[in-house]
Amino acid sequence: MSPGTVPAVERGVANSATGLRGGTLSLQRSPLERRTLLSALLTCGAWAAAILASIPLVSVLYMLVVRGGARFDFRWDMLVELPPAGFETGGGFGNAIVGTLVMVGLAAVISVPVGIFCAVFLAELGPHSTLARAVRFAAKTLTGLPSILAGVFAYASVVLVTGTYSAPAGAMALAVLMVPTVVLTAEEAMKMVPRITRDAAYGMGCTRSQVIWKIVLPTALPGILTGVMLAVARAAGETAPLLFTALFSSFWLVEHGAVRLMQPTASLAVLIYNFSGMPFENQIELAWAASLVLVLLVLFVNIASRLLGHRRV
Amino acid sequence: MSSLEHAGTPGEVAAAPSAWDFFADRAFRALAKAGAYLILLLLAFILWQIGRKAWPGIRDYGMGFLTSTTWDVGRGHFGILPAIWGTLYSSFLALVIAGFFGVVMAIFLTQDFLPPRMAVVFRTTVELLAAIPSVVYGLWGIFVVVPTIRPAADWLYTHLGRIPFFGSTLSGPGLLPAALVLAIMILPTVAAVSQDALRQVPYRTKEAAYGMGATRWEAILKVMLPTALTGIFGALVLGFGRALGETMALAMLIGNSNQLSLSLFSPANTLAALLALNFPEAGPREVAVLMYAALVLLAITLLVNVAGEAIMVVARRKVGK
Repeated sequence: MSPGTVPAVERGVANSATGLRGGTLSLQRSPLERRTLLSALLTCGAWAAAILASIPLVSVLYMLVVRGGARFDFRWDMLVELPPAGFETGGGFGNAIVGTLVMVGLAAVISVPVGIFCAVFLAELGPHSTLARAVRFAAKTLTGLPSILAGVFAYASVVLVTGTYSAPAGAMALAVLMVPTVVLTAEEAMKMVPRITRDAAYGMGCTRSQVIWKIVLPTALPGILTGVMLAVARAAGETAPLLFTALFSSFWLVEHGAVRLMQPTASLAVLIYNFSGMPFENQIELAWAASLVLVLLVLFVNIASRLLGHRRV
Repeated sequence: MSSLEHAGTPGEVAAAPSAWDFFADRAFRALAKAGAYLILLLLAFILWQIGRKAWPGIRDYGMGFLTSTTWDVGRGHFGILPAIWGTLYSSFLALVIAGFFGVVMAIFLTQDFLPPRMAVVFRTTVELLAAIPSVVYGLWGIFVVVPTIRPAADWLYTHLGRIPFFGSTLSGPGLLPAALVLAIMILPTVAAVSQDALRQVPYRTKEAAYGMGATRWEAILKVMLPTALTGIFGALVLGFGRALGETMALAMLIGNSNQLSLSLFSPANTLAALLALNFPEAGPREVAVLMYAALVLLAITLLVNVAGEAIMVVARRKVGK
């Protein structure tokens, strides 16, 4: 298909089946030979499969822009209004945006310090200890934990204990999902700091924590931030862990000037889920518009983290 | 560069760490260690919490819970066989689709088919597929995938309805649209891990194949893939693990009906969807049963994921030699 990228060796190879045609030895493989044709055919197949695999992303983005964007139509008040009830028209999802930001923020406050401390141990203090091996295994296992089970866990340990669906319960579930990503990426980032930089600091008489605080963490910071942002992007889009921990709400978190966290809390993801199953056109339009906002939010954080990661040496 | 300017008097520079430095060092190291223990504790706490809350359910329903097919809150009959079947069946279907496309994509991206810039475009496309929230895929599935495949499904039912796979009509949500969306969601995992496996094959192995006169695809199919096989198998297992635990897209697309059927078009149920739909309104009796179901899901996914990781370790060791 595209011979330009094929290593030159492949094209100039002697082939016993065709090489002796006409009595002289040719180093060219005939383009009409079965093997060559099969190779070209498979290359076409690979192109087709790759393009086919890209269609879903294009289709999702197209639908988001068309159906989500149609609802927006330059009426930004949707971003600050409360969700509509049954047959109401209009409305928005302001409280859901606030809820998502509050819960993801809380989850980051819980998971990032723990994750970075843990990564410091894994990368610097005892990389080859039994504890480190066990922790790495636990972190990998937690990466594969289905998100709904994080919700089940938060339900058992927070909702049943406090007796109410709440933003902290949702944040707890999201934190469980964020921690392993933070740990594993932060460990990788710290391992990339060159050995000699560290040795130089030790040579100047730094204690181990001084080396970590003044040399390793600042150098590894872009890599750590990349991991944190990836975890945040993932958490912002999670629905399953919030379904029965934060539940949903049609009201603001702030009431009469006081922030009330211990009550059911709305989030963009749960709003999309709830509204997608409703028989009302208004709610379905809102679900698309909320999806557009959520995807823009997630992609923004995701792409920002990539750019940050690229600058890393 | 001129670090000499910042240096103080010799006494200042050469001072040994103070008592405070020693204390800070110890405290910080203790904190880091505590962070590490916390991760272990978290995993243990999750297992313990779910196990403890599931205990009443296990005591009352025992193993019959796994083989019974009715879910009737009113009469207190609970069984999750259809959900286990639906979980495994939908994940398997998704794995077949995503496995094919994921491995082809990995070959496409690692075997010099594309100039580097184009490769970045395709790689980013696949990675961004993983960034889209699953609830958005669910919404997209309801309004795009289901209407798109319905004509084909109806045709298959009317013409080939005797084959059990096409034995019912697609009345909206069903197994096939759910499996399709699930396949899209695990494609990035399969593609990324397979790419790693293919990249670990030493370049000279491929050069040797070309040197013997192999065509590009002979080199890929007879040399590269067999060498990377263990790693690709690990990728498939990890993708399967991802599919088993996926919740939202399935809760929105699979139809949530407790039935055992081979048909691709009939509604079904999965463990994760069962939890998502029943938890919000569950009474204390049902919560114990749902915790039992959560424990079953946890056991299945842990088993598959640990197997996948183990295969990856073996694969790395093999290629490394």
